[in-house]
Amino acid sequence: MTTTRKRSLRTSRWRTARSYVILTVLAAVYVAPAYYLLVGSFKPTADVLGGLRGFVPENLSFDNYRSVFDSLASDSTGYFWRFMANSIVISAAVVVVGLVINSMAAYAFARLSWRGRDKAFLIVVALVIVPFEAVAIPLLFMLNDMRNSLLVQILPFFANAFSIYLFYTFFLGLSKDVEEAARLDGLGSFGTFVRIAVPSAKPVFATVAILTFLTTWGQYLWPSLVVSDPTYRPLPLELSVFSGQMPVDWGEVLAFGALLVLPVLVFFVAFQRFFVQSLASSAVKG
Amino acid sequence: MMSNSTLEGPKKRRLPWSKRELPGVAMAAPGIVGLIVFVAAPFLVAVFLSFHNAQLNSPRSPNFIGITQFTRLFDDAEFWRALGNNVTFAAVVIPVQTAIALGLAMLVNQRLKGISIFRALFFLPVIFPMALVAVIWRLILARSEGGILNSIVDVITFGRVEAQDWLGNPTTALPSIILLSIWQGVGFQMIILLAGLQEIPQERYEAAQLDRANRWQQFLYVTLPGLRNTLIFVVLLTSILAFRVYDQVYILITSGGANEAATQTVLYQATTSVFDQNNLGRASAITVVFFAIVLGITILQRRLIRQESEA
Repeated sequence: MTTTRKRSLRTSRWRTARSYVILTVLAAVYVAPAYYLLVGSFKPTADVLGGLRGFVPENLSFDNYRSVFDSLASDSTGYFWRFMANSIVISAAVVVVGLVINSMAAYAFARLSWRGRDKAFLIVVALVIVPFEAVAIPLLFMLNDMRNSLLVQILPFFANAFSIYLFYTFFLGLSKDVEEAARLDGLGSFGTFVRIAVPSAKPVFATVAILTFLTTWGQYLWPSLVVSDPTYRPLPLELSVFSGQMPVDWGEVLAFGALLVLPVLVFFVAFQRFFVQSLASSAVKG
Repeated sequence: MMSNSTLEGPKKRRLPWSKRELPGVAMAAPGIVGLIVFVAAPFLVAVFLSFHNAQLNSPRSPNFIGITQFTRLFDDAEFWRALGNNVTFAAVVIPVQTAIALGLAMLVNQRLKGISIFRALFFLPVIFPMALVAVIWRLILARSEGGILNSIVDVITFGRVEAQDWLGNPTTALPSIILLSIWQGVGFQMIILLAGLQEIPQERYEAAQLDRANRWQQFLYVTLPGLRNTLIFVVLLTSILAFRVYDQVYILITSGGANEAATQTVLYQATTSVFDQNNLGRASAITVVFFAIVLGITILQRRLIRQESEA
């Protein structure tokens, strides 16, 4: 009895150790490219393409960051803070307005009755499978006069069939009792939505906000189609312009890249648990 | 029961909805209008334009040319090559990425101290915009001897294999793009599969252990069946995402020296038709074909789900 117990204790300890080793090795390999970006952003360009030495943190300085701000600080090259502001304004607008519009629509589909509702919902469900890539070029034709603006980068993304669908499934699963009680107390449809449904739907709001923010922040195809004026360029588009200049100053490019991912990274680290959980739960439901 | 006609009185407006229905209509309207204007309408415009000879930024209005755009497309070897690249990309990415994601999900599903850190590390690249991923991998795959992959190969083979131009060489270009795409995307699938794994009741594993099932048998008879719906969802998601591959291909061809013939996809052809030739008609025809393929995948997989759940 005691020997078998000892043995099983030993095997489980051995297993734990083995798991940690496997996890650490895999994680190290997996994170290496991201680490390489971070270290490289603090290194002189000559050292970046130095083979495996690129991983060694030596000769570190903030020079690259300083040069990014210096070289992107004029009308001819564009302003770094301008690109950052563009990205922030676009992402914030799409996330906030999108949350309001899509949650409202989902509530109207899930809880309110009105003529044409079912047909309209069928359209929404059908549109879930239309990827943005399939409408980007005709949209360019439609919005050609609006090119080179922030609005043209925001407008097409407010309404999102998938977001509506996520909110919809959540609202359907919500118990009706509290809402009915609120109705009896004289709260209107909109009031019930704002006071009762929205507060209980925080997890879905978080999921939709995260998903929308990630896709909007990283968007490349649409800006590359509609923005040619540096004034309205978002960060990812500017990164590819910046890294396309010959000869490439790799140190600066990596610093620029680090600055591009920094806001998302801060967001990710702060809400890491929440981030991962909410994505997982929405996926399982969806 | 509130009767609606009496309340509205004599100045009856011609809205098809009663007063009681108005909040619902008003709340749904912004979303529906947005979807119709920015998704449904452009899609119909794509269908319209694909039957026309249309130029962007041209004063001439599109003129109808029937299915010429499509016949031209299907006669074009370049288009078939792009479509072939799409198919190869998907055929590798779907099984490989799903398998890796499943392996990682099982690894990070263990009850260990600090496991959430490992989960976060494997998830990390998901938050990296593709434009940035392309930059990092340009350096990893750089053709110089200072490229990371070349240095690793050099170390492993004791200098016997010389530096390769991974992105420029037609044989390694697409595999390189596949590699970086999987690196960026696998964490997302991992998280979904992890959630699926945690839904499987622990008792089933205990029962299997009592039946002396070994680990492989447990995986085959408990994990896989328990994960079926999640797996189908992940495969569906991965195949659609795989067909939508664009950013990394476009960026690496235009600025990273990736071999154009070996890596271009249908979406790349659609945008270059617009950028380089202003050819809106051709781009729209490609868009329509692209959508038909995505629709096909979706319908096929919905069918599979239905069949399997009936069985």
